[in-house]
Amino acid sequence: MTSKRAASPVITPEALAEQISAAKLVASEPVARYALGLGDDALILAQRLGEWIAHAPELEEDIALGNIGLDLLGHARSLLSYAGSAWGMAEDDLAYFRDEPEFRCHQLFEQPIGDFAQTIARQLIASAYFHGLYRSLGRSADPTLAAIAAKAVKEIDYHLDHSSQWLLRLGLGTEESARRMQRGLDAMWPFVDELFRRQPEIEELDGIAVDPASLRPAFDQLVPRLIVEAGLSVPTTGSARGGGRQGVHSEALGPLLAEMQVLARAHPGEAW
Amino acid sequence: MVSAVETEARPRPTSARERAIWDIAATVVDPEVPVLTIEDLGVLRRVVLDGEQVTVEITPTYSGCPAIDAMRDDIVVALARHGYPDATVNVVLAPAWTTEWLSDDGRAKLEAFGIAPPVPRRTDGGVDLGLGIRCPHCGSLHTRAISAFGSTSCKALYVCQRCQEPFDYFKQH
Repeated sequence: MTSKRAASPVITPEALAEQISAAKLVASEPVARYALGLGDDALILAQRLGEWIAHAPELEEDIALGNIGLDLLGHARSLLSYAGSAWGMAEDDLAYFRDEPEFRCHQLFEQPIGDFAQTIARQLIASAYFHGLYRSLGRSADPTLAAIAAKAVKEIDYHLDHSSQWLLRLGLGTEESARRMQRGLDAMWPFVDELFRRQPEIEELDGIAVDPASLRPAFDQLVPRLIVEAGLSVPTTGSARGGGRQGVHSEALGPLLAEMQVLARAHPGEAW
Repeated sequence: MVSAVETEARPRPTSARERAIWDIAATVVDPEVPVLTIEDLGVLRRVVLDGEQVTVEITPTYSGCPAIDAMRDDIVVALARHGYPDATVNVVLAPAWTTEWLSDDGRAKLEAFGIAPPVPRRTDGGVDLGLGIRCPHCGSLHTRAISAFGSTSCKALYVCQRCQEPFDYFKQH
């Protein structure tokens, strides 16, 4: 594309792969693998949130969780499109035609939705994690990742606000709401550790990827404080084994993928 | 790098031919808020004419906004109708869209349509701070947020404590 002005970074959710290859700016293999992990986190959590449609405790929450899922799906589309540019694959190829061990999401995101309190517990952990991650990634030396992150962080602001407020409301609400909120936190807490583990495979991406361990102090400063403020206890549960970034998943991912992928696999290439 | 041209709210081209194309694209409205054009919203970012090839760049309000596909189709149709049959519309993410780009005219149109326009909101401190949201029906500042998430990604749900009417708020972003 010839332009009379300074070219802006052109990043399209849909036609990203095509444009990037036209500009000979295909994501390198390590960058693509990194984007794939982040894209899978967003995609799988979006799919989980979709399970709340028509099932949330009140209409406003139905809309809120749907909206949050839609934002995450937007992040997933951009990230997977970018990842796919390295392998000549489109976002849909990656979302619908990979099997369990090929997914790279952290195990937190694939866990079942549980009750509303458990979903809020995961949203709190996820939003605090994404917030730190995208804020740092916005300064990435890779302009595509930086653009996706700069856009995402503004949306995550609202997600964090949503889950923090519900944490306080449920924690300081009735005896039953506090019991359930605590149970939700206890159920999700074993999956926190994996989010911040060092990933040897991204060490060569200095200045491009964000070292997950560097995000832990800000998370530890924020989330336990909110939990205590809500009158609850910071869980002391052990850590799950993890391994999502290596394709090791819990039993929850298989049924999720079966539901997410069935239509695309039954009618490959179909459009509406 | 992001140049000054792209961070302007409405970077209308300087060349007459590109400006003519811009003005056609600028008539396309947001399918969810049909009183606002994509120019009012700041969604229309750039028009480039290279030989006969027209390229238009738009930016989504939110990453997952489904209206972006409808806007893209509407731009192609509008340009085709005015003699530019093969326009390409690209969606760009950088620089990220902000409600700062909403025009004053757009803000007035939103309010007249019954949607409260965005007011600045601070999220960098310990407590989120925002100015009062004015009821688009009765003008009262005595309003209450019901949910930060509304009928579309860009809107929140509010209710007026004075006239009791619920309303949409186009949230700060």
